[in-house]
Amino acid sequence: MFNRFTPRIMPGFGLSLGYTIFYLSLIVLIPFSALFTKTFSGSWAHIWESISEPRVLASYKLSFGVSFLAALVNGFFGLITAWVLARYEFPGRRFVDALVDLPFALPTAVAGIALTALYSTNGPIGSFLFEHFNLRVAYTPLGIFVALTFIGLPFVVRTLQPVILDLHADVEEAAACLGATRWQTFTRIILPALLPALGTGIMLAFGRAVGEYGSVVFIAGNLPLKTEITPLLIITKLEQYDYSGAAAIGLAMLLASFVILLLVNLIQWWNDKRTAHDTEEN
Amino acid sequence: MGAFTNSRALASARHIADPQPTNARTEPVWIRATLIAITFAFLGVFILWPLLTVFHEGFSKGFGFYVETFKDPITIKSIELTLLTAAIAVPLNTVFGLAAAWALTRFKFRGRQLLIALIDLPLWVSPVIGGLIYILLFGRHGTIGPWLMDHNIQIVFALPGIVLATTFVTFPFVARSLIPLMEAQGHAEEEAALTLGANGWQVFFRITLPKVKWGLLYGIILCNARAMGEFGAVSVVSGHIRGKTNTMPLHIEILYNEYQFAAAFAVASLLSLLALITLFLKTYSESRTAQQLREAQELTIVSK
Repeated sequence: MFNRFTPRIMPGFGLSLGYTIFYLSLIVLIPFSALFTKTFSGSWAHIWESISEPRVLASYKLSFGVSFLAALVNGFFGLITAWVLARYEFPGRRFVDALVDLPFALPTAVAGIALTALYSTNGPIGSFLFEHFNLRVAYTPLGIFVALTFIGLPFVVRTLQPVILDLHADVEEAAACLGATRWQTFTRIILPALLPALGTGIMLAFGRAVGEYGSVVFIAGNLPLKTEITPLLIITKLEQYDYSGAAAIGLAMLLASFVILLLVNLIQWWNDKRTAHDTEEN
Repeated sequence: MGAFTNSRALASARHIADPQPTNARTEPVWIRATLIAITFAFLGVFILWPLLTVFHEGFSKGFGFYVETFKDPITIKSIELTLLTAAIAVPLNTVFGLAAAWALTRFKFRGRQLLIALIDLPLWVSPVIGGLIYILLFGRHGTIGPWLMDHNIQIVFALPGIVLATTFVTFPFVARSLIPLMEAQGHAEEEAALTLGANGWQVFFRITLPKVKWGLLYGIILCNARAMGEFGAVSVVSGHIRGKTNTMPLHIEILYNEYQFAAAFAVASLLSLLALITLFLKTYSESRTAQQLREAQELTIVSK
């Protein structure tokens, strides 16, 4: 399977690759195989029932719908944040830059209880929204949206930032020289160059949001058919000792993740092809 | 995957000689001010405020109560369990990360892309699935659960299960931070050392390791932060036995659900502090990585 014709200069190929595959199998691949064997240890009828009962269907709609909305909002604010951090100098820039990673470093349970305290009707933001707009955030889908927006932001910003730094100055300067307004340069030159990274970032935030558990369970309220997310249903099934049902929902989510992963790779592949084309022209 | 790799450090290393933005590359002052204001407002409300809330609520019953929380033996036990779990999971994933990065950046072989994708897998699945797979394998009705029961070996609802789930969730972090860095650095120095008669381990310990130390630190820091804070996966396999299998995040959940809010936030503030230290070290190691890369690039330019 390996290319044996080029002589290897560096030592340790067998050891490092062997250990990598061994450890990967032990921690990831073998346990993952249980997901398949357990799912198909149940009858087809049971699998189908597990992944299509109304409560589960309602959870897909909620998990995927709210995650997508949160990812889009992150796309908008993430683009602004990444742009500001990459292009502008202002006091506190380094602090803001470090702050972007907080949702990534902060344990999800901590984020969950902090957001719930803020957005419940007696919390500072929650009480304001409730009194002035009659809006309940905690224990509604809106609360889930807030939590998923919180955890998704770094994915968009960190995907876009290096791409903005890598933009070629001369293209923008040429556009300005040829009389384009800054807005025209942005919409016709910069935005098209950023779109693949923006798409990747949004899909990454979406993928993370769909599987998110810790920050959501506290703020969601977890009412069946209303505010119950899919990962929570897996835990519910496990608590009822319905292993094959839990495995089936897990497998359904896994397939969804693969589709997302595939989309991200397609975006990246399309972008690589496009930039390769650009370099040839240069 | 920007959030897990050094791609930003790599990008900024490429831009040492970037001139000040000219007028053609920037926006009018009022637009700049508006965009900066939006950034501050959005991050302020969505990120900084929740962080401050943790400390505010943690100290809401006074400093005395705060200190008292950490004298509770069950809280102490949860802290010990969290530290122990990280102390096992992080070194395991560090050794793996070094081996994987060596194999993937020093050699070209078929299936390399597939291997990278498989290493990323734990980042893609829900943490709940990360716990689920171990229950399906080792649980009472799991594939080898009955056999384990007959031999009196406990994996789920005990330390081994918690360590496994944590290892799974934090699996790719070290590998992920090393692969792009080692790819960018190349291995000319290593080859030179080999020609001069060094053996493989000497090359690894004296050349590669010092070359990647900041990137490695970056990966270990992220891995550790996630290991100590993991909730979903650990929640599935822990069994929530009070004072026995509850890590800090699970202990926070229990305190919170029992309406002991101040105590829950006090424990949460400790994890938040860890997150802040993580961010600080991460920012520092990122700038060091960028510097190391720059030096390496200057060397290449000189030698050309």
